[in-house]
Amino acid sequence: MRETKSILLVGVGGQGTILASKILSDGLVEAGYDVKMSEIHGMSQRGGSVSTQVRYGDKVYSPVIGKGQTDILVSFEAMEALRYLEYLKPEGRVVVNDYKIPSAPILMAKADYPEDVIGTIKKKAKTHVLDAAKIAMELGNIKAMNIVLLGALVKAMGLTDIDWEEAIRNNVKDKFVDINIKAFHAGMDAVELAEA
Amino acid sequence: MKKLLTGNEAVALGAYEAGVHFAAAYPGTPSTEILENIAPYKEIIAEWSPNEKVAFEAAFGASIAGARSLAAMKHVGLNVAADPFFTAGYTGVNGGMVLVVADDPGLHSSQNEQDSRYYAKHAKVAMLEPSNSQEAKDMVKKALEISEKYDTLVMMRMTTRVCHSKSLVEVGERQEVELRPYVKNLQKYYVAPAVAKQLHVKLEERLKKLEEFSNETELNYIEWNDRKIGVISSGVAYEYAREVFGRNASYLKLGFTYPLPSDMIRNFAREVEVLYVVEELEPYIEEHVKALGIECIGKERIPNIWELNPEIIATSLFGEKTPTIDYDKSVVVNRPPTLCAGCPHRGFFYELGRRKNVMITGDIGCYTLGGADPLNAMDTTICMGASISVGHGAKKVLDRYNKNMRVVSVIGDSTFFHTGINSLMDVVYNKSNIITCILDNRVTGMTGHQDNPGTGYTLQGEMTEMVDIPSIVRALGIKHVRTVNPLKINELKEAFDWAFELNEPSVIITRYPCALKKLSEFDKKEFEPLKGKCEIDSNKCIGCKRCVNTGCPAIQFIKSERKSRIDKVQCVGCNLCVQVCPVNAISKVGE
Repeated sequence: MRETKSILLVGVGGQGTILASKILSDGLVEAGYDVKMSEIHGMSQRGGSVSTQVRYGDKVYSPVIGKGQTDILVSFEAMEALRYLEYLKPEGRVVVNDYKIPSAPILMAKADYPEDVIGTIKKKAKTHVLDAAKIAMELGNIKAMNIVLLGALVKAMGLTDIDWEEAIRNNVKDKFVDINIKAFHAGMDAVELAEA
Repeated sequence: MKKLLTGNEAVALGAYEAGVHFAAAYPGTPSTEILENIAPYKEIIAEWSPNEKVAFEAAFGASIAGARSLAAMKHVGLNVAADPFFTAGYTGVNGGMVLVVADDPGLHSSQNEQDSRYYAKHAKVAMLEPSNSQEAKDMVKKALEISEKYDTLVMMRMTTRVCHSKSLVEVGERQEVELRPYVKNLQKYYVAPAVAKQLHVKLEERLKKLEEFSNETELNYIEWNDRKIGVISSGVAYEYAREVFGRNASYLKLGFTYPLPSDMIRNFAREVEVLYVVEELEPYIEEHVKALGIECIGKERIPNIWELNPEIIATSLFGEKTPTIDYDKSVVVNRPPTLCAGCPHRGFFYELGRRKNVMITGDIGCYTLGGADPLNAMDTTICMGASISVGHGAKKVLDRYNKNMRVVSVIGDSTFFHTGINSLMDVVYNKSNIITCILDNRVTGMTGHQDNPGTGYTLQGEMTEMVDIPSIVRALGIKHVRTVNPLKINELKEAFDWAFELNEPSVIITRYPCALKKLSEFDKKEFEPLKGKCEIDSNKCIGCKRCVNTGCPAIQFIKSERKSRIDKVQCVGCNLCVQVCPVNAISKVGE
């Protein structure tokens, strides 16, 4: 009996968390897991904070998780990692993109972007930091940032045995397959393997 | 073959496989994707209706004509459709009919979190509640069979986490179903008082049969484990409960929840030592259990506000808090949704917000965000269509009691078609001098770009008549009508000046496509796409923040420099900031 694992992907509306979650879920299904994924549509997509939850195991009941129940938190934006950190198990891990998107109060100079977010997270949990935007840009398209983070997540979670390239091919347009596969591997290379 | 589907996709697949002939809906989160996923099936006539009442009635008409039909809406949509819903409860159906209603516990995208299960009980309509996508698919088919066998409308109640969660679903084939013959039957569908009186008698007889069914159907089942604890649950709450209690409890899982299976509940309760009822929102099942004289633990511990999850259930029932990481969350800055860069609503609210002594009654759509910081140009948002009628009532009283205040009502194109038209008729008929602004962005925006009667296309992609808003407005009796380009601040300003001076009701229509809309053939003929980017000359910028106060997500005020900066990746070149800058520090490049 494989224990159910919970992954929480968070970011800002428009960052591609949903596509990353879809590829992740498809790969896990192909690998024979029962999978549930939950996402929120609507109002939050207008530049707001977004979250997607993916759970997998032999038999998954709840599609959602509560505070303190996440095995791995993947944050596409630095401050969002801090917003959702309370959902992580104390022994869980964080994969965080070293990338800042100022929210509306910050844009208007009514609030300041918090200082040393990554440092704070590192003190609280086992954390993998990567600059997915830089990696994606070096590959030629900043939009591939989400797949860089997916690669990092897969490595950090120890899910490298699954045929992820196939899952990517099934979910992106033909002309974007190559760059996304490169982005995926670059993301894997950017973090260390999870301890067993 | 198994596929990972959302509950909404599964409902669409279920409708297809069950041979549904006709489906209609008005978009509304979390129900929108049901019709979007039915639309590609050419075997099914699939339509966006102007509102939920029309959607329900169209599906009901199809059922009377002998078709298997489906209507879908969000919870508050059922409030709009409640009138035909209650009467359909009396008449029953010809072809099977299922009404899918999606509640939104947690108010992810809604103005209330009503528990629509009470509607089924209130209208005496059979109800099913799926817990996951496979059940959502299977229950559509089952609902249609029940509908035809018992001659009843069937309501299928979903919630956000059932609609928008993906789980594995076995994909099957479509089973073609023949239209049932239509036979004129006044005693069934001609609901004059004398007929309705008899229909009510039949309805009560039908409910007795449905309760027998509820006690026998496999949709309600018991899973025996340890009998110290018994859990009664339905919908996604069952999945949460199953996660919390595991095999340490026995479950009465309810999929058919109106009428509730009283015998089954009694038998289950007798066999367990402690009984919990785990349900999201209101104590719908719990009240029934208690009315049977059975003790149980439910809402005295489990919250009836917001959505649940396994952690909330465990904490509320057992008082043990799940360990979490302790940190200072107060440094995290809010990230509210905002109008997109290039949104044609931005300039409108920027200009309107500058007017003093105005009550602005708003409505439901992306433009509701015009009430948020920094635009702050809205006083109320109540429900679909309410902007105009609320504005009318307010203005009548303000005028009668000599309070000197103008009222501006703001409504979107799709919302105007939905229920705004009736309200504007009230303004003309009962003579209030309000200014109605119809923000026509050529699409139903908030729910993700659905066509509507004004776009020139149907849900299934056919070209159709484009309903003309100025003609409707004039036909209602509004004499003063202006259409403006909302990307041009001067046009907006002039229109407001003109309208504020009038002593009769007026309508200002802003017409420009949503910044995210993929332009249709019609749009391409009418609108020039935006080009270029805006750029700030930092030598000229005086740090007055006017551009920042448009709330554009592409503009940031840099505190250390006391100057604004534009993010070129986000800017779409709408030129609003260029127009509000008092020192001409912003210009367009790359046109």
